[in-house]
Amino acid sequence: MKSAGGYAPARIRGHERNHGKTVASVLFLGGLGLMLFELISAVPFGSAPMQVGQAIAGEAFARTGADNIVTAILLGYRGLDTLGEVTILFTAAAAAGMVLAGAGRGEAQGQEAGFIFRTAAWMLFPFLLVLGAYIIIHGHLTPGGGFQGGAILAAAFFTPLLASPASPFNHRVAILVEGFAGLVFVVIGLAGLAKGAFLTQLLGTGTPGALLSAGSLPVLYVAIGLKVGSELAGLMARVFGEGSARS
Amino acid sequence: MTVLVAISVAVMLIAAIMAVALRNWLAAVAALSVVSLALSFLFALLRAPDVALAEAAVGAGLSGVLLALTLRRIGLWGGREKKGEKE
Repeated sequence: MKSAGGYAPARIRGHERNHGKTVASVLFLGGLGLMLFELISAVPFGSAPMQVGQAIAGEAFARTGADNIVTAILLGYRGLDTLGEVTILFTAAAAAGMVLAGAGRGEAQGQEAGFIFRTAAWMLFPFLLVLGAYIIIHGHLTPGGGFQGGAILAAAFFTPLLASPASPFNHRVAILVEGFAGLVFVVIGLAGLAKGAFLTQLLGTGTPGALLSAGSLPVLYVAIGLKVGSELAGLMARVFGEGSARS
Repeated sequence: MTVLVAISVAVMLIAAIMAVALRNWLAAVAALSVVSLALSFLFALLRAPDVALAEAAVGAGLSGVLLALTLRRIGLWGGREKKGEKE
């Protein structure tokens, strides 16, 4: 794009439009810069401006029994937000599936990948599966959890598909797993109603650091992991499978 | 620590500029993945392993794959000159 230098007469419509675009960009950049400057100057780098963080960090472990404070916040304190996040992901995946399902349904015709990639994909599959399951199951003890592990599970199922596009991906099973996981999450939340409120923690906190501790949080994370994994794998399989049927 | 943060920020900046400037769509997507990878390294340095894991798995992995697949789907897998920009 040739930028019109300052005093160039704006005779052609295209030039006028370019000027408008430039002014808008400068205004936008100025506003953004001002906003970021305000934010950065108000909050010194690396300090904690909010007190609620320290309060939660102090009492989260005693109240939820989760060693990983991020999990304690995501599922114990903010379980409803997490349900909303999962719902957003579900809506996005469903909408993408709806759009893509109409466009040229057909068998994937992409050619097989090379020997090295095919072998590596099938050798990676079990390791990725174990890694994803580990991250999900230990979500309340170590960093990571349902979202991260679910993404790894999706990658585990998608890599072999990428290597040999002819191999089928069972969308029906993915949908079943996803629906069941969502059901488990909501049912646990509703069961919490008996103890006071939606998603109140059940089952007691248990021994700190043990695999079966932190009450119902691990169950919730397993549900989230399965849901996210099946959603993402199904989404990628849709984008990939029918993409190769392009003319 | 400061040096490592500076390096990862520099890598992020360079990769982000490359993502805008590269003429090849696929290379631009790869550059975006590099931004996410450097960002996840930065998160790990700042002791936020949960966020680092999410950024590495979703930002560097899945979103890159999804963008690349979309490029293939809309027929922009090759160079940028064929379709898209006029000038």
